[in-house]
Formats: sequence, C-alpha cells, structure tokens
Amino acid sequence: MDFLGEHSPDLLPGNRPLPPIQGAIEAPHGTTIVAATFPGGVVLAGDRRATMGNVIAQRDIEKVFPADEYSAVGIAGTAGLAVEMVKLFQLELEHFEKVEGAQLSLEGKANRLSTMIRGNLGMAMQGLAVVPLFAGWDVDREKGRIFSYDVTGGRSEEHGFASTGSGSVFARGALKKLYRDDFTENQAATAVVQALYDAADDDSATGGPDLARRIYPIVTVITDEGFKKLTEAEISEIARAVHERRFEQPDGPRAALL
Amino acid sequence: MSTPFYVSPQQAMADRAEYARKGIARGRSVVVLQYTDGVVFVAENPSRALHKVSEIYDRIAFAAVGKYNEFENLRIGGVRYADLRGYTYDREDVTARGLANVYAQTLGTIFSSAAEKPYEVELIVAEVGNAPEDDQIYRLPHDGSIVDEHGSVAVGGNADQISSYLDQHHREGMTLGEALKLAVESLSRDTNGGERTLTAEHLEVATLDRTRPQQRKFKRILGRQLSRLLDEHSGAEAEKPAEGAAGDAGSAEESAGAGESAGKGKGANGKGANGKGGSGASDKEASGSAGSSEGSEESSEE
Repeated sequence: MDFLGEHSPDLLPGNRPLPPIQGAIEAPHGTTIVAATFPGGVVLAGDRRATMGNVIAQRDIEKVFPADEYSAVGIAGTAGLAVEMVKLFQLELEHFEKVEGAQLSLEGKANRLSTMIRGNLGMAMQGLAVVPLFAGWDVDREKGRIFSYDVTGGRSEEHGFASTGSGSVFARGALKKLYRDDFTENQAATAVVQALYDAADDDSATGGPDLARRIYPIVTVITDEGFKKLTEAEISEIARAVHERRFEQPDGPRAALL
Repeated sequence: MSTPFYVSPQQAMADRAEYARKGIARGRSVVVLQYTDGVVFVAENPSRALHKVSEIYDRIAFAAVGKYNEFENLRIGGVRYADLRGYTYDREDVTARGLANVYAQTLGTIFSSAAEKPYEVELIVAEVGNAPEDDQIYRLPHDGSIVDEHGSVAVGGNADQISSYLDQHHREGMTLGEALKLAVESLSRDTNGGERTLTAEHLEVATLDRTRPQQRKFKRILGRQLSRLLDEHSGAEAEKPAEGAAGDAGSAEESAGAGESAGKGKGANGKGANGKGGSGASDKEASGSAGSSEGSEESSEE
C-alpha cells in the first residue's frame, strides 16, 4: 500500500482530483447486503441488482467478495468505487500475509477497511458513498463476527445479524423476526434469502430472485474451514423454496405475537 | 603516499564470485523437484519462523539459500513486484519469467557495482502451470545470470553433489510422496559420503499444487501431514524390494548406497552419466545404473 502510494499514487482511490461539477453524479449503485451469524460461522449475502437513478443498470452484479480465506466483504453504494476498494483491500490482506508470514487479526482487517472508507469521504460528500459490510471467522475467538460501517468510516460490531444498503431497513426488520442464535448453516442461509426477498418486496432498488433468468442472490458462508460461496444449485434450491412458500403467504413467515 | 594496487577486472570479478560462492556454500541446501501435480520445495531448515521457501503469488514461489537478510530483502521485493503487477493489470499477468528477470537485474547490478559487496544468495523462482510441461523453474546464481531448469534443481552448500544425484534419480510423473522421499534422500547425503537422518523437524516443505481449488496454489506441508508423508514412503520402501517388484523406490535406495562410495572413487561416475543420457526411459535406466554401480561398489571395496 505504501509502496503503491509512493510509486503510482494515481492508482489509489482518494488520490484523484475531484470533478468540479455540482449535483449528483449518475453512476451504478449497489443495494442490499445482509449478514447473520450462526454457531460455527457467518453467512453474508447480497442481491444482484445495480441501479442508476430509476434505471436498473445491471441485474446480475456480484456484490459479495472474499477478502481473504477467512473473511468477506459485501458492498453497497457506488459500484465502481466499491469494487475497486474491495480489490485494494484484498490486495492489502494478501500482501500483509505474504510479507509478514501471518494473517492479520479479524479486528485488524476490520480497522483497515474502516480507514479505506474514511479515505473515500471526499467522494461520499459528492454522493458517491461506499458502505460495505464485513464478515469473517475470528480464528482466535473461534466465532463468526460481523462489522458494519458508516460513510465516515465509523466501525461497529454487530451481534447476530446486520444489513446495509437501500433495502437494509426492510431486510433488518425481516431478519429481526426470523433470526435465532441456534441456526444451522442452511437455516442461516435461508434466513438471509428471506430477508433479501422482503427487501426486494419493498425497495425498488433491490432485486429479488429472478427465477426466469436464473439469477439468484449470492450467498457466502465463512466457517473455520474458510470462505465458501454456495453453488448456484444450492442457492436456487433455497430461493425456490422461499418463493414457493410465498404463494401461500406473500408476506413471508409469520412470527408469534407474544 | 600509498598508491592503490592495480587489480585486473578479471581478478576483481573472480574475487567477488569467490566471496559469494563461499558464503552460499556455508548454508544448507534447498532442492526443488517437479512431480505430477506441481512443484515441491524441500529445504533443510530447523527454524519454523525463518523460512527459506515462500509464496510470491498465485502460482509462483521462491526458495533461497545464503544470507537471510539479503534473500529476505529480495523476497519482499518480489512480493511487492508481483502484487503491484497483479493489481495494475491482472492476476494472470504476473509470471515467473518476469519476476526472474527482475531478480536477475537486481543481483547483476549489485554484483558488478564496486560500491557494494555482492549478495551471498542463490535463488530459485518456480511457477506451476496447468500441465507438467508448463511448469517453469529458474535458478538465479549470485551474479545475476538466469538458468532455466527442468525436472529438479538444487542450490546451496552441497548443490553439485545433490543435483547430480537428483539428475540420476528424478523422473517424470513422480507422486508427491516419491518426490519428497527422493528430495530427503538427496539432502541427507553428506559431502564426505556419510548419511544423516532428516526428520520432519529438520525440514521445511512446501508445494505449488496445480490441483488446489484455490487461486493461490502455494501450500506449506507441516507437522503431522509431513511426518505422515515421510513415514508412508519409508514404509513402502521397506515393502517393495521384498515383493521383488523392480520398484523405483527400491532401486533408488540401492543406488543411494552405491553412490556414497562412488562419491570418492569416481568409479560409477561414467555410469551415472549413462543414466542421465537416457533419462527418457528412466525406470529401466535407473535400475540398470543401480545394478552396475552396485558392481562398482564391490570393486571399490576390494
């Protein structure tokens, strides 16, 4: 990172001259990311839609990336900047690991991401914000952990579940009613797909499972065995099951009143 | 007033080369072998923390002998070069050839600059391809030259003897266990003909495994996995000759015994060269040369 800054500072985000124009810049935005922990790991999932104003810019964008073997980042906000930020983040983690011969701690990774988001504050003020969700397996404490961020780089650890992006309020509401702390891996994956379905139900910028085009949410799982992305077959099974049940209950599973 | 003595450039270069070679020869050796699924690195290194073998990039790894601070410097430089390349362009655009060139430039400049002492290091840069034919191994001596190697290579204190041993016994399509066993055999032979036993605690082993599902193919083989691989093959070695099968492990072992005496007597050297010449049909050749060098063992005993 320092080396890159010294040699080719123009490659670093945040070092570009800001455009002098006023008003919002039209660029594709990513939308909803949700995460939930379960005993033995954490799931991180995202929908597939990118929007530019009222237009759907891309319907099969991928917004959840492995950061390294034991962590993943889901991005919401300006897609181009966010993808580049993740690329640089991945590079930094890998570089550190190779040079030092040891992985950064999960806290260390979360702090590093925090600094990178803060570096983008200038762009965020122009309407090009990047707000990721970071999840990983803490090798020392042996549990899955989730970190959420705000545009200024403020970092906070979330217990149980978290969401970010335009559909996050709806996703959080759904997950709040569904979440239990004794989920299995498959139950946790189903819960996040339910939450994304509810977000897509109420937020126009979030895409639901597109059964006709076979575009399903990206669901990733991080356990002590490392990062794993569910295959299309596995996700389609969950997404179809969720979709089937919605024919009977369009609003999804009902929680007990008391 | 004293005037500096005139030293001819040839002499100056020879002195520097001599200095570097001596430094390198003090250390233990590292061997690198191709096997079916990739490239295996075996170093004699009792330390768990100070590595002689390290990852550079997805398909590229680095092995070095000599002064630790000097090759560590080069290693970090290599990681930086590779990461910067990969970030600027694409992960595919980082190649062992490019990296070896950078190392050669660096080593060459340092070697011929009068202001600095030459680096006392010898490096190996290897890249694993999609098939064994695509694997690349480069050896970089202290003076900045590049040697493109195939099959097997050794650097360090006892490199000449080890690499001639490896040339005789290495063949294409070895399994990881077989390659590891051959590497350990070659490393455990002393210059004076004696043999030491090398256990898992003395070895640093890593592979570039093309079958690994992850993007990064480098993997260290540590602790229990390493002892298991070593034990498996010492077990197999005991069984094979008993079965009467003309197993490679068996013949390799025999000629290992014979090679010791050949080291002094030079009697089997001609035969060793024979074995190398026809390395295509290595199975038969190996057992053939083993047989003939057995004969020479007898003669040297006489």
